[in-house]
Amino acid sequence: MNASPIVELREVSKFYGNIRALSSIDLTVRQSEVTCILGDNGAGKSTLIKIISGLHPHDSGIMRVNGDEVSFASPREALRCGIATVYQDLALVALMPVWRNFFLGSELASGVRPFRYLDVGRMRLTADAELKKMGIALADIDAPVGKLSGGEMQVVAIARAVYFGARVLILDEPTAALGVKQSGVVLKYIAAARDAGLAVIFISHNPHHAYLVGDHFVVLNLGRLELDAERNQLSLEQLIRHMSGGAELQALEHEMGRA
Amino acid sequence: MRPEVGSLLGAIVVIVFFYITAPAIRSLGSVSTVLYQSSTLGIMAVGVALLMIGGEFDLSAGVAVITSALTASMFAYQFTANVWVGVAVALALSLSIGAFNGWMLVRTGLPSFLVTLGTFLMLQGINLAITRLVTGNVATNDVSNMAGFDSAKAIFASTFTIAGADVNVSILWWIALVAAGTWVLLRTPAGNWIFAVGGNAASARAVGVPVKRTKVLLFMTVGFCAWITGMHQLFAYNTVQSGGGVGLELEYIVAAVVGGCLLTGGYGSVVGAAIGALIFGVVSQGVVYAGWNPDWFKFFLGAMLLLATLVNMFVRYQVDRK
Repeated sequence: MNASPIVELREVSKFYGNIRALSSIDLTVRQSEVTCILGDNGAGKSTLIKIISGLHPHDSGIMRVNGDEVSFASPREALRCGIATVYQDLALVALMPVWRNFFLGSELASGVRPFRYLDVGRMRLTADAELKKMGIALADIDAPVGKLSGGEMQVVAIARAVYFGARVLILDEPTAALGVKQSGVVLKYIAAARDAGLAVIFISHNPHHAYLVGDHFVVLNLGRLELDAERNQLSLEQLIRHMSGGAELQALEHEMGRA
Repeated sequence: MRPEVGSLLGAIVVIVFFYITAPAIRSLGSVSTVLYQSSTLGIMAVGVALLMIGGEFDLSAGVAVITSALTASMFAYQFTANVWVGVAVALALSLSIGAFNGWMLVRTGLPSFLVTLGTFLMLQGINLAITRLVTGNVATNDVSNMAGFDSAKAIFASTFTIAGADVNVSILWWIALVAAGTWVLLRTPAGNWIFAVGGNAASARAVGVPVKRTKVLLFMTVGFCAWITGMHQLFAYNTVQSGGGVGLELEYIVAAVVGGCLLTGGYGSVVGAAIGALIFGVVSQGVVYAGWNPDWFKFFLGAMLLLATLVNMFVRYQVDRK
């Protein structure tokens, strides 16, 4: 579990105008680990992943990927470093068939420009095989993605990122809009991706979900690091306590004489 | 369910209906006339359907046909050039109008309804004003005596005979464009992108689809179809009426929607739009062959559009339902 870090942040800060969205964050993400980033709304989770996924550059501090210092200008640059992000809205097109979605933007094609044509057979087979690898067997690979369940859609997006060579997978609240059963499906694939050697960054505000798959926990509060702990240093109760205000809550409990 | 299924049923109903009520439509010559009528609309419906699947419309498409025809005619006539020079200039202009529409859209983020409504009005004005300025008239001069006319007519507006029926070459253009459009849409990466930019442009951009380029090229495709249609009109009638084309843009949209294209984009087919154009042709000629007042044509059209929209809504509901 002590592989060299694939993504490393040192004292990274981000300002929106005068507002300090993140202050001096340290973060270490390793391969074959699930790093959970937790926190309340406005804690800075989104800002943090936007920096890593290339949507916004950071203002100060150092970010290293594979030991090289980087500052991404676009998601495409992050993608080139093997960092893929599955957003809440998934970047899937509901009306398009599963296999077309799977290869959208990176289609398999044969022939000479400008007469390049899709390798429909290979695309359908590959999409089906990759989804089966993730343990999902779809009745119809031609079905529009919009017909799949929320959990299945997450898995399609994850399988796509894995297939296209992601080594770091950022999942933005993948279980937020899902029921218990669907969440279970997604959590299983998070574990599968980790076991396949990927570094997974799992953003959530649900400590129960995070504790089921996490190896390493980071809790943010008002843009600051509230907690950075390995799984073996932490119980679920402690994690929940940190999430719900942590030290502040403890002080409050003490003050009210009920602790 | 494929997008064109609804329109195919509609076409069968309409054909059977007029086959029974209008015996005159059964002859081979009538079939050819129906197909010709369908092709003049259907060529434009190819571009308009692709654009609609890509999530946009083009209200300037009707008058852009006239702009193209006027340009070819007046340019060749005024410079006493070979008509093919005018044809080439018209192609460049038609593609530029498409590029302008697309560029305005992606640069300003305005809805295509507004952008192309602006272009529609401007082109309508330009068509009338420039024609009057150049010819002193509302129509262009006859180009049938000019160099290159015969070969241009052969390409764009000739007729040939099959089994005793006169067949217009525009029908071949129509079939070729439907085939090409279908191939691009279903079998190329560009086709995948067209579905994606119409279905969810933000998602498409996030996975690396060149959204802006795709949209601009779609508008230019409409421009290309407007050029073919414009050239057909010019070489079929030898002169062009500068006030024409108004209202046709809606008929193209109707053909695409009847053919199963979602008005909101992301879904549809080129074959469907061709069937939509065919329904148009059958109804417009069928009303005539049945000996009815042609006023009924618009009524049929409206009813057809409503029915098609209901079928599309049903499709959309099936897809959205989890």
